[in-house]
Amino acid sequence: MTAEHHEVIIIGSGPAGLTAAIYAARARLAPLVIEGEPSSTSDQPGGQLMLTTDVENYPGFPEGVMGPELMSMFRSQAERFGATMVTRKVVKVTFSQTPGTEPHKIWINDATTPEPTYTATAVIISTGAQSLMLDLPNESELIGHGLSTCATCDGFFFRDQEIAVVGGGDSALEEAMFLTRFASKVSLLVRRDELRASKIMQDRAFANDKIDIVWNTTVTSYLGDGKITGIATENTKTGESGTMDITGIFIAIGHKPSTSLFLDQLEVKPNGYLVAEPNSTVTAIPGVFACGDVVDDYYRQAITAAGSGCQAAIDTERWLEGLHD
Amino acid sequence: MSDKITHLTTETFDEMVAGADGPVLVDFWAEWCGPCKMIAPILDEIAEEQGDNLSIAKVNVDEAGEIAQRYQVMSIPTLLVFKNGEVAKRMVGASGKAKLLEDISEFL
Repeated sequence: MTAEHHEVIIIGSGPAGLTAAIYAARARLAPLVIEGEPSSTSDQPGGQLMLTTDVENYPGFPEGVMGPELMSMFRSQAERFGATMVTRKVVKVTFSQTPGTEPHKIWINDATTPEPTYTATAVIISTGAQSLMLDLPNESELIGHGLSTCATCDGFFFRDQEIAVVGGGDSALEEAMFLTRFASKVSLLVRRDELRASKIMQDRAFANDKIDIVWNTTVTSYLGDGKITGIATENTKTGESGTMDITGIFIAIGHKPSTSLFLDQLEVKPNGYLVAEPNSTVTAIPGVFACGDVVDDYYRQAITAAGSGCQAAIDTERWLEGLHD
Repeated sequence: MSDKITHLTTETFDEMVAGADGPVLVDFWAEWCGPCKMIAPILDEIAEEQGDNLSIAKVNVDEAGEIAQRYQVMSIPTLLVFKNGEVAKRMVGASGKAKLLEDISEFL
């Protein structure tokens, strides 16, 4: 089977990928978006906003908007101008140093076939980031049995129960606050004696009676057989250990960039994020551009991801023009 | 939504699931669940393609919370395959079509 060729292929479909798709489609580049496959972690079509509820800081929505609804609007807008969506996961890429003559290659489903599924002159990488876990024993077995990274998926099931949220950033506080709609008490376990979250979120969390902030505390193991019944904890200052009886625990300790497909071909920073040229989305490989959370280790907002997706589409368009001159 | 998919309520659940001749795949979902929306079109496709082998039904956990509780659904989407009224398979979380078809292959 011969590979299907596209001038522009976008890998990933969060705010960055879909904004790149809108701009590339309007530039008549008919982009193909390989949007990923459904999943309940943060590695899925639509990106991290698919696992949130109210988005209150995206401009243009004075009353706020639901994350999944916002992403479905991004997607329709891209489709309206001629972007094509494929709900599949990329399993392998082989970038070319001379994409003008020998295109980049992309495989979906099966990485072992000699022929790629798609070839592309330009590739925009917008694979985003996925939730970090604590890496404790039994972690993967307990997901969906009291352990979760998605408050909006699972919070509902902890009505009138005592639960914990791990983390001290904006997402942790947002999850904790959302969970107080259901849970009788939410303990927020923070590793240090301060929060990384924004001031407005901190004020809201402090004002919420159902949130109990437990400082200088880490989780050392999950307790319960097949289902969470508690956690073992350790005080990071005194080394003192303890346990906490809870029926649910939500992990919100941050994200890691989804770069595994590119590690052998593109440069990454020591913290794992892809490297692009300053103030641009250009990578070290001709015709390969990177945007959104996969390169952004600082801002990590939907609006900044969308902005960099726009940059990637414009960078791609200019690069393609140069190629055909 | 595919017209081959049935919406179950607390009243209709037992009759439909226990009374079915073949396996029934039940999707526990809610309006506010992003991953549930992602898999909805996949379930529509499977309902169209595999309707002869497998019935597909949905339970809205907001409306039928006691059914969710009875089967200890603590995370959505959760997909349960029932055979003769008993849970024969449990799948927690959203996945792609290929993975889902593989997971339920024994019932097709």
